[in-house]
Amino acid sequence: MHIVVCIKQVPDSAQIRVHPVHNTIMRQGVPTIINPYDLFALEAALALRDRQGGAVTVLCMGPPMAEDSLRKALTFGADRAVLLTDRYFAGSDTLATSFALASAIAKIGETFDPVDIVFTGKQTIDGDTAQVGPGIAKRLDLNQLTYVSRIAGLDLETREITVERRAEGGVQVLKTALPVLVTMLEGTNEIRRGSLADALRAARAEITTWNAADAGITDLLKCGLRGSPTVVKKVFAPTPRAEKAALIETEGKSGAQLADALIAAILDRNPALDADLRRLSAGF
Amino acid sequence: MSDAPRQTQATTPAPAAGRAGMKKELPERFKSYKHVWVFIEYEHGHIHPVSLELLGEGRKLADKLQVELAGVLIGGDAAELTEAAHACFEHGADLAYRVADPVLTHYRNEPYTKALTDLVNTYKPEIVLLGATTLGRDLAGSVATTLLTGLTADCTELAIDDERSLAATRPTFGGSLLCTIHTLNFRPQMATVRPRVMAMPLAIPGREGRIVDHALDMSELDVITKVLQFIPDRHTQKAQLAYADVVVAGGLGLKSAENFQLVKDLAAVLGAEYGGSRPLVQKGWITADRQIGQTGKTIRPKLYIAAGISGAIQHRVGVEGADMIIAINTDAKAPIFDFAQIGIVANAVELLPVLTAAFRRRLSVHRLAS
Repeated sequence: MHIVVCIKQVPDSAQIRVHPVHNTIMRQGVPTIINPYDLFALEAALALRDRQGGAVTVLCMGPPMAEDSLRKALTFGADRAVLLTDRYFAGSDTLATSFALASAIAKIGETFDPVDIVFTGKQTIDGDTAQVGPGIAKRLDLNQLTYVSRIAGLDLETREITVERRAEGGVQVLKTALPVLVTMLEGTNEIRRGSLADALRAARAEITTWNAADAGITDLLKCGLRGSPTVVKKVFAPTPRAEKAALIETEGKSGAQLADALIAAILDRNPALDADLRRLSAGF
Repeated sequence: MSDAPRQTQATTPAPAAGRAGMKKELPERFKSYKHVWVFIEYEHGHIHPVSLELLGEGRKLADKLQVELAGVLIGGDAAELTEAAHACFEHGADLAYRVADPVLTHYRNEPYTKALTDLVNTYKPEIVLLGATTLGRDLAGSVATTLLTGLTADCTELAIDDERSLAATRPTFGGSLLCTIHTLNFRPQMATVRPRVMAMPLAIPGREGRIVDHALDMSELDVITKVLQFIPDRHTQKAQLAYADVVVAGGLGLKSAENFQLVKDLAAVLGAEYGGSRPLVQKGWITADRQIGQTGKTIRPKLYIAAGISGAIQHRVGVEGADMIIAINTDAKAPIFDFAQIGIVANAVELLPVLTAAFRRRLSVHRLAS
């Protein structure tokens, strides 16, 4: 069994700063991490491999420095890492990204072993679109399983996979045939601590690095900005609200008096809330 | 497909002349694309409210473009979809496209993608809107990739620009910035919007429209994926945050996981839903379905009480639709006081229990009186 896990290197978003005057992202010195959602995908892949054999290849598209994230994935126990990097990929939107990744996955299948399962996180923390996974599935004609909370069964003989999928209002139990694309839901597992052996191996490992041509891409018009149907026309900061909160005076008030003052202020602003609260608190 | 923080934005962008997407002239084959569509999420006998919210928004776009607004209904039972179509008409649709086939009884990516893609290729809409639900996102990504067109996720504002193009605005970089995205040279222009981001339009009872039927042309044998079971969420357990009238939420100012109980206590007395900011999910104090903010749930309650939440942009964009925001925070400079209506500079851990007691007194008195 051969599993490919797509990961993305993202800025640690908690530390992103916006330039106060130019409204641009200040990337200098911002630490990067593996997109946290991708770690659930990686762990699911490693667990499957441990149980049923095979190999896990991690794939990352990004600038050369994304190699760090791939090496990190190797320390968790991935067998192989492929970095897809080329200036032609600059400015890719999700359609162009899925084209590049799908091309690389096809090439990985040719170069190493045919791919049975592609895993991705449910979305990234910087783009938040959740569109690249479905895009890859469509381009490679893989059966698509998004928002998967559990791999309930995998039969390599019959080539069938059964999963639980988070759907609207409940959980769908779905069965389909390999090859598949699975996007994993967060909180479904916890990434392992890599072994010392894996850490040593990762430090020495050769990261396979491919440019567009290496990945078998001949049509550069489908890559990067040229291959992106969407255009970002404007980037701007949210407008601050003119008025600030009306502050309730705390000086010299007991807790109970403060609470009463707050409730009075709420109902003064919207008297109709009184009826709503009565209805809701009574359980309707 | 606007993953705004693009892969390698740090590198120098290609010169504008090389950017196919920036050319203004729409290719000839797309010029006949007309009208605004909303995919109607219809499952288990009801329409997801986000679809009706999108009809409200779609109506405004269609009026601006002077075109028609259509609801797209895909499902297993034609009679049920007829009923759903009438709900669409009452919420602003002029017509409904209906694809009814037993194969479509439960949502599965494959047949739904075929149904929506075939409809688009046949009737050629210029704009297609979907709810950014697990279903909508699963479907939108597949359809846009099949059509090789642009899709912008989680929009917070939709408008038509001077060139009749859809201007889709969404938060980016964790909500610290907004960006406006266009799909200039491809049609349809696709966008998803999360539940509760747009207001629910008023229904006009008796408003009529027409239904256009379209065949799926796919048999069950063609569909590889099978639904073995559907396990509905138990409503007592599932967070109904997005549609709650009153929400109480906590943040890191609560100091400990144990103190989060104070939020739950107040919510219980008010009959409210509860939730928290993103760090609480990361710390494991609350589950992800309780997260409020850009990467969690967007809420539009009548009353929102934020206890010990500083109000980072990522949180702000998820709660701005609330009618009234109450902020309790020890830090008078916390950004939450910039967008709350009423604030108290106080320690939430101390104030919450007294507030709960005060509400309990008030509400139980009312209950006795009535």
